[in-house]
Amino acid sequence: MRHVSRSFGKTEALRDLDLVLAAGEFVALLGPSGCGKSTALACLAGLQPLSGGEIWIDKRRLDTLPAERRGFGMVFQSYALFPHLTVQKNVEFGLRMRKVKAAQRHERALAALRTVQLEDHAQKHPAQLSGGQQQRVAIARALAIEPDIVLMDEPLSNLDAALRIGLRTEIKRLHQNLGLTTLYVTHDQEEALSLADRVVILRDGCVEQAGTPEAVYNRPVSPYVAKFMGYRNVLAAHAASGGDAGEVVEVRRGAQVLHATAVEPITAGSEVTIAVRPEDVLVSSIDDNGLVAVAEVVEFMGREIQVGAGLPDGQVLHLRTEKPVAAGDSIRIGVPRQRLLAYAGNAA
Amino acid sequence: MAQQTLQPPAVTAVLRARPRRQALRKITVTSVITWAAAACFALVLVALVTSVVIESFATQWRGGWWPGGFTGSWYGQAWRGGVSQALTATFQVAVVVVLIALVIGVPAGYALARRSFPGKSAVMLFLLLPVMLPPLTYAVQLSALIYRIGLGGTLTGVIIANLVPIVPLVVLVTVPFVERIAPETESAARVFGAGTFRLFLHVLVPLLRPGIAAAAILAMVRVLGAFELTFFISGPQSQTLVVALYGAASNPAGAAPPLIAAMSVFYMATAVVLLLIGLRFVSPADAVSTGRR
Amino acid sequence: MTAVIPAGRSAPGAGFLRRSLAGRGVDAVLILLIPAVAFTALLFVYPYIYGITISLQPQGGGGALANYRNFFSDPYLRQTIWNTLRLALPAAAVSVGFAFPLAYRVRAAFRGRAVITALFLLPLTFGSVLLAEGMTEIFAPTGWVNLALGSVGLPHVQFIFNYTGTFIALLLTTVPFSFLLLAGMFGSIDRTLESAAATLGAGAAARFWRVLFPLMVPGLVTALTLAIVEAFAVFPSAVLVGQPDSATHVLSIPLYQAAQQQFNYSDASAIAVIMTIVELVVLAILFGIRSRLYRGPATSGKG
Repeated sequence: MRHVSRSFGKTEALRDLDLVLAAGEFVALLGPSGCGKSTALACLAGLQPLSGGEIWIDKRRLDTLPAERRGFGMVFQSYALFPHLTVQKNVEFGLRMRKVKAAQRHERALAALRTVQLEDHAQKHPAQLSGGQQQRVAIARALAIEPDIVLMDEPLSNLDAALRIGLRTEIKRLHQNLGLTTLYVTHDQEEALSLADRVVILRDGCVEQAGTPEAVYNRPVSPYVAKFMGYRNVLAAHAASGGDAGEVVEVRRGAQVLHATAVEPITAGSEVTIAVRPEDVLVSSIDDNGLVAVAEVVEFMGREIQVGAGLPDGQVLHLRTEKPVAAGDSIRIGVPRQRLLAYAGNAA
Repeated sequence: MAQQTLQPPAVTAVLRARPRRQALRKITVTSVITWAAAACFALVLVALVTSVVIESFATQWRGGWWPGGFTGSWYGQAWRGGVSQALTATFQVAVVVVLIALVIGVPAGYALARRSFPGKSAVMLFLLLPVMLPPLTYAVQLSALIYRIGLGGTLTGVIIANLVPIVPLVVLVTVPFVERIAPETESAARVFGAGTFRLFLHVLVPLLRPGIAAAAILAMVRVLGAFELTFFISGPQSQTLVVALYGAASNPAGAAPPLIAAMSVFYMATAVVLLLIGLRFVSPADAVSTGRR
Repeated sequence: MTAVIPAGRSAPGAGFLRRSLAGRGVDAVLILLIPAVAFTALLFVYPYIYGITISLQPQGGGGALANYRNFFSDPYLRQTIWNTLRLALPAAAVSVGFAFPLAYRVRAAFRGRAVITALFLLPLTFGSVLLAEGMTEIFAPTGWVNLALGSVGLPHVQFIFNYTGTFIALLLTTVPFSFLLLAGMFGSIDRTLESAAATLGAGAAARFWRVLFPLMVPGLVTALTLAIVEAFAVFPSAVLVGQPDSATHVLSIPLYQAAQQQFNYSDASAIAVIMTIVELVVLAILFGIRSRLYRGPATSGKG
């Protein structure tokens, strides 16, 4: 098992970015548009030059090599299939560049197409395939060269919702079967969480948090990450008591007194930001952090309903519940203190 | 659940270097040749223009690097001797041609961009034929007809002749600009109560202003440089500047070279001014593309 | 209040025709096309037909095809077709060959790109008359180009008043024309295709020959076709910097002489028809070549 590591840094689009991939890992680079994730991928692939820093695989220095000598497989958002070649020739392209002999080429290409279940379409041209099929061909093309690392640049963004979920499962399955080290860029947190062994969240060219999906989901390290991971309720408050990371602190919002878990050290009397997921705002079942609110907007989501609940001070809390709540109802809500996170500073 | 997924790799990454721009542009033999050839071309062009300008100021220049003496009198002579008349005629023709072509061509371009109907490609080919074929292929027949109906040698005749390639040009330029306007914009206007005329006036024309400007400028440039069409139809009163220039240049017993050069400078200046105005509105590829995509 | 939305199908009749036409894209908007179509029919097609008609009514009598017969039986006139082809084909080929690498180099946006494009736009704006006139200045036996040659020890070359002069003049207009056309076509090829090829191991040469060139070939043929068509109608430069009586006695010259000097529009129209037919033959050949090549979109994905 080969350990793979690399680190690179760049000014502007990427600032002092340090990223390490281990062999066989599926790492998702997550962030909103403009955070630098696609740039990072492009630099890694060699499609963009670095302004500073280096890229290494094990002991080999990579950033001085042009893209065609780096040996990665890459899947693009727009598929980038060669329109003048058949599906099979598309998949064979990388093998051809590596001077693999024809018979072997055909075999490996067809094998790759088989893994994405498209071997029957081998003689078609990309224009004759649907978007989802084209992307699968692109994946086969990247896999056929048996690369050390597979790079994926928002491969599912151009597909419609149903297709996206189906192909996502396929990508997961492929990774489980083949175990190839993968760097996957996306702005969709659901994709990142479901696919990755490790999620790296980028902000303005730097790594904001890196960790397992579970860690990023449950313990976002900053309000930026929290907002991105679905912590829809982010409010400003005042720390009544201080504490270290992991401890429960008392915070005040006007007259309300709440108990939250500090994610980072908090000094008493300072401004803080508190965040909680809609799923963790519970209706009338606990007494912890109890509040009374009026359900203002109720959206039917199937098994649950999503409620925008107005607090006495005008703030709206978003919550999800299976309990029947109608617009206008006065409800008692509570938040378990381990699920209400507090951050230093005001970032609401 | 483990916090660190895997052990730290054997080699950790190295630090960052000072920021430095890595030049990716490679110098290959082919690129050197290409740029050298382009430079040659540019050089010829620059030399051409420069020498004409210098000649226009020369008292006489019978070879050698530099003329003998300088004078500005050729310009006055040229102006009085026909340039002012030709320039006036040119602009009269250009403006009228552009206006008529816009009125005919922009709506047609709109219709072609917005609707696809059976026979559309045939209609498009039909409409674009005059701009795809070099004018010489139809200039003579057109001039025969125009002379036949008695408009030969008149400004009206020249206008009619120049309209033939300009209307398709306007259509051609308009189509991509219309396509850039989302159809939903028009639907939105209709839903909010605009009838077709008001739609055009308040929504389409303002949004199409860059397209209309582009078409107008391209049309004017084309008319300025249109030689064959005007040549076969115009008379001495109605000739455009380029025709006058040819007349002077091709006449073996004709004007002195500096006079011709002065006429050329007038022509070049007009062309350059139009080009500069035009480049603010239109991307260069549009100036040449003829619909064969 | 409730809104009542009537269900069921509407009444057949006149409305039905309008709707089924509208379903196929035919509606009142097409009225906007009528002026342009009528205009083209009136001022392009009709004069053409008129021209063909009068070409069959020769001024000197001798039957309908007299003009054509005279043209082909006179070797001096017959020669013009060959002279024109001899000029147009190589000029177009060289121009496209010249413009192609240049257009390839500028396919990525860079700072000087606008300058280069403007540089190529200039000769097109100037037109062949001005360029030919300028050529008589710098390419004259004692002009700058020959002086420069002389100063490095090279012999003088007769650049103008021969085939070479017209050839150069053609290049001066056809190269920019081809360049702009090809640059536009290069620009329409999806840029990520090159990135994809690079990640698959293709170096610059492989990227060009295996990905870009195959996608460009139809465009090249189109550019060549259009260049030939343009070059075929060479006229002012054949007179001003060529040898209109011999080497550059192109098809447009007897055309001009018949029209403007002899006022024999019948004969002139006949020559115009001949010109059109030769052009159409060339076009057909090239079109046939083009349709044997790949004719798909140059973008990938949902393009």
